[in-house]
Amino acid sequence: MRPLTPVSPGARVALGISFFVVFVAVWSIATFGGFVQKTFLADPIAMLKSGWVLLTEMGFAKDIGMTVFRVLGGFVIAAVIAVPLGVAMGAYKPIEAFFEPFVSFARYLPASAFIPLLILWAGIGEAQKLSVIFLGSFFSLVLMISVTVGNTRRDLVEAAYTLGVKDASLIRRVLIPGAAPEIAEQLRMVLGWAWTYVIVAELIGASSGIGHMITDSQALLATDQIIFGIIVIGVIGLVSDLFFKWVNRVLFPWAQLGR
Amino acid sequence: MANILTVRGVERRFDTTLALQATNLDVAENDFVTILGPSGCGKSTLLRIVAGLDHPTAGEVMLDGRRIEGPGADRGMVFQSYTLFPWLTVLDNVCFGLAERGLPRAQQLDIAHGFLAKVGLKGFDKHYPKQLSGGMQQRTAIARALANDPRMLLMDEPFGALDHQTRELMQELLLGIWEEQRKTVIFVTHDIDEAVFMGSRVLVMSARPGRIKLDREVAIPHPRHYSIKTTPVFSELKAELTEQVRVEVRAAQAAMA
Repeated sequence: MRPLTPVSPGARVALGISFFVVFVAVWSIATFGGFVQKTFLADPIAMLKSGWVLLTEMGFAKDIGMTVFRVLGGFVIAAVIAVPLGVAMGAYKPIEAFFEPFVSFARYLPASAFIPLLILWAGIGEAQKLSVIFLGSFFSLVLMISVTVGNTRRDLVEAAYTLGVKDASLIRRVLIPGAAPEIAEQLRMVLGWAWTYVIVAELIGASSGIGHMITDSQALLATDQIIFGIIVIGVIGLVSDLFFKWVNRVLFPWAQLGR
Repeated sequence: MANILTVRGVERRFDTTLALQATNLDVAENDFVTILGPSGCGKSTLLRIVAGLDHPTAGEVMLDGRRIEGPGADRGMVFQSYTLFPWLTVLDNVCFGLAERGLPRAQQLDIAHGFLAKVGLKGFDKHYPKQLSGGMQQRTAIARALANDPRMLLMDEPFGALDHQTRELMQELLLGIWEEQRKTVIFVTHDIDEAVFMGSRVLVMSARPGRIKLDREVAIPHPRHYSIKTTPVFSELKAELTEQVRVEVRAAQAAMA
């Protein structure tokens, strides 16, 4: 092993998988070996069994569907507003000066602390769940996008001007395409955050969703179900992350060069 | 020959420092003017003012009798840094200005292919800039600027980041294109060989605050072969310019100390 020396693709996958194996092994030893009581931590087999029951008999698939819908819904609404606003702020300094202080402030407001208020305003329906995710992702997204667009290489902007572009086409042909891969990365990251917010939103005042199932299981001390729920979230998060990465690679092949 | 560019009393101040003192310069159509000077003498500032990327604090620049207010497609520029758009292929980089003018795609491709062939990059259309060497990127940048058919070409140490051998080949390439097209060029450099080899007129700028202190015709006929670098005419002019630039570099260093 030497610092910064790359690892072959095969070895990378093998190493990545082996930690999962280690993780499950430690878990199995702790539970099957009787080191941890069943009440506190279910063993892997019990977890898988109750997961199967959840999916086949208790309609857990519908909960998963609801949660995915909420994450994507809140995230898409946030992105649809944040991307144009972030680009406008990055490109035009007066717009940035107008919004930036408030957005910086709002970014630190914890979305979960708004849940009681949002329940008051929007009830316990979908609007409230989507609002939590929106609040949790929108402000950070706007800031990151505006910084990225504002950091566009000045020499590229100057080159574009000497090639005859005017301001509107500078934004369309230089600022946006130059920032696009980084914006896509930021969207991917914020989608990950949206997953944490959705569960928090579902722990309180929800009648469906993975988070709701977890709160129900808590009342029954069903740690096997709770762990299954958490793992499902992890798997969906991982899959959506890999999908996003793949889409970014396909959309922006040039950004992968020379990395 | 008519003057294409007129610089009248152009001065540039940054806060309290005077970077460029009132400068006059006339550039004739089809001329190849090289500007030499120590670093920080304001030669790039002068070029950027002509490009419209910087504004003079006094004086004015006229292109074809019209005052320059900002950058435009009539003054193509090649920078020292690599400024190809990394998200566009070589071909689309060269098409960039043409697309801006709204030329039909077929016509854009026609022009772009022509210039890519001129700079020896046939077959690299589909490459992205990061897949090219520094010399190839600068050749693409030259093609991109020329494809736009500007009135004049401004070059700010375009070969400054290249290794010596690549640099000499680039000089020959650019000179070859100039000899064929006679596009008016202002070329800023600190390399004396480069200035004499390529220029039909060499200007030397003084240390800050910059001004043009010397203006020499290069009496070497075109087409020029690289072997002229060893001729007496070349050596004599080079010796004189070396002396002149050296004085300014010393002055610049003394000012720093």
